[in-house]
Amino acid sequence: MRLPDARGPIGAGLRGWLLGGAMPDPAALVAQVVDAGEVLFDDDLQLSLWTLYELHYTGFHDVDAAWEWRPETLAVRAALEVPLEAELRRRTRSAVTSVLDADGPLAERLFELTETYPGPSLARFMHREAERWQLQEFLVHASVYHLKEADPHTWAIPRITGRIKAALVEIQFDEYGAGRHDRLHADLYAQTMAACGLSGEVGGYLDRVPAVTLAHSNVMSLFGLHRRLRGAAVGHLGAFEATSSLPSRQVASGLRRLGFGEAAAHYFDEHVVADAVHEQLAIRAVCQALALSEPELEPDIVFGAVTCLLLDVLLAEQLLSAWQAGLSSLHGAPPGLQNLSA
Amino acid sequence: MIEPADILRRSRSRPGREVEVILCPDGPILLRGADTVRDEDGRTVPVERPVVAVCRCGKSSSRPWCDGTHKVLRRR
Repeated sequence: MRLPDARGPIGAGLRGWLLGGAMPDPAALVAQVVDAGEVLFDDDLQLSLWTLYELHYTGFHDVDAAWEWRPETLAVRAALEVPLEAELRRRTRSAVTSVLDADGPLAERLFELTETYPGPSLARFMHREAERWQLQEFLVHASVYHLKEADPHTWAIPRITGRIKAALVEIQFDEYGAGRHDRLHADLYAQTMAACGLSGEVGGYLDRVPAVTLAHSNVMSLFGLHRRLRGAAVGHLGAFEATSSLPSRQVASGLRRLGFGEAAAHYFDEHVVADAVHEQLAIRAVCQALALSEPELEPDIVFGAVTCLLLDVLLAEQLLSAWQAGLSSLHGAPPGLQNLSA
Repeated sequence: MIEPADILRRSRSRPGREVEVILCPDGPILLRGADTVRDEDGRTVPVERPVVAVCRCGKSSSRPWCDGTHKVLRRR
């Protein structure tokens, strides 16, 4: 993947560094972050953070891998993470408090949360109403995460121990195809995109997705890359898995309704059954077990779970409101989206 | 409702390997280490993942596997 186009001063400064051109003062870049306003909808902030996180995954072929651990990039990353985490804590506070104050085992409280969290459902829209171009746009937004599916939660593995580590590895092993490279979930997603006339190349649509889509992916990297936030990382995984089985069935049904075919639906069919297993393991054997072994992590486990649900809702609201206005939900695309096809 | 004893009777692992059975409250039964499960119609269904969730509410559309439908039922 190549470095995405900048969407503001922070991104422009980062491009200067990462491509070996201009070398702006890190303090000047960090100063741009102050007072970022609507953090989750700030294109420059979210794309810059996404870019800095990507240095820890497969990176950009036009950027020197040494930038992953340079103090300048880490300083900017830290400066971007502070307002992001503060905004997430602010927006999730009341839901987190309700779950912490409720009675019963944490697993039951987390399932209850995921089944009752208010907000629109993209999967239900895909199931019943979406037109072909809207389903294609949905796949593009989801691809920012699904083309590196499971990777952000894998960072939590070395940060937990014993039976909880074994349970998390069991989930991730399945995500990575259980030893079968042709069943890697990220690769199955790329096949679904190809079957729907889209490019499954990693980062292929990076310049087209809005801030909230990048934020949806960034929160997972924020939680995964900080040992301090390991509770939030597993809480996020729990909520993600617990909101996957039934929605995957709805999306698969939408793909068939619109005639995209069996190859397109395969990824979602796989997730109906896989995530019915993963949600039980993630909520019970990882989240609840971690809270029992390290009770001080319970608030962050719930914080991670609520963050997952919050970002799903914000993404759904933005996409549905664009579509209701007859507009594309992507940057630089007219409605109709014939030009989205690869 | 399918009972755990039925699940054990109907699942099979390789010789020398034990099947671990985990009951999830209000949810499926997890089987770790099974190679096959025999479904309600007597068909032998191969197990293709390290752990599988067997439907216990009887309403899954992916039977014998759980598809999360029990969550919809208990909210009614």
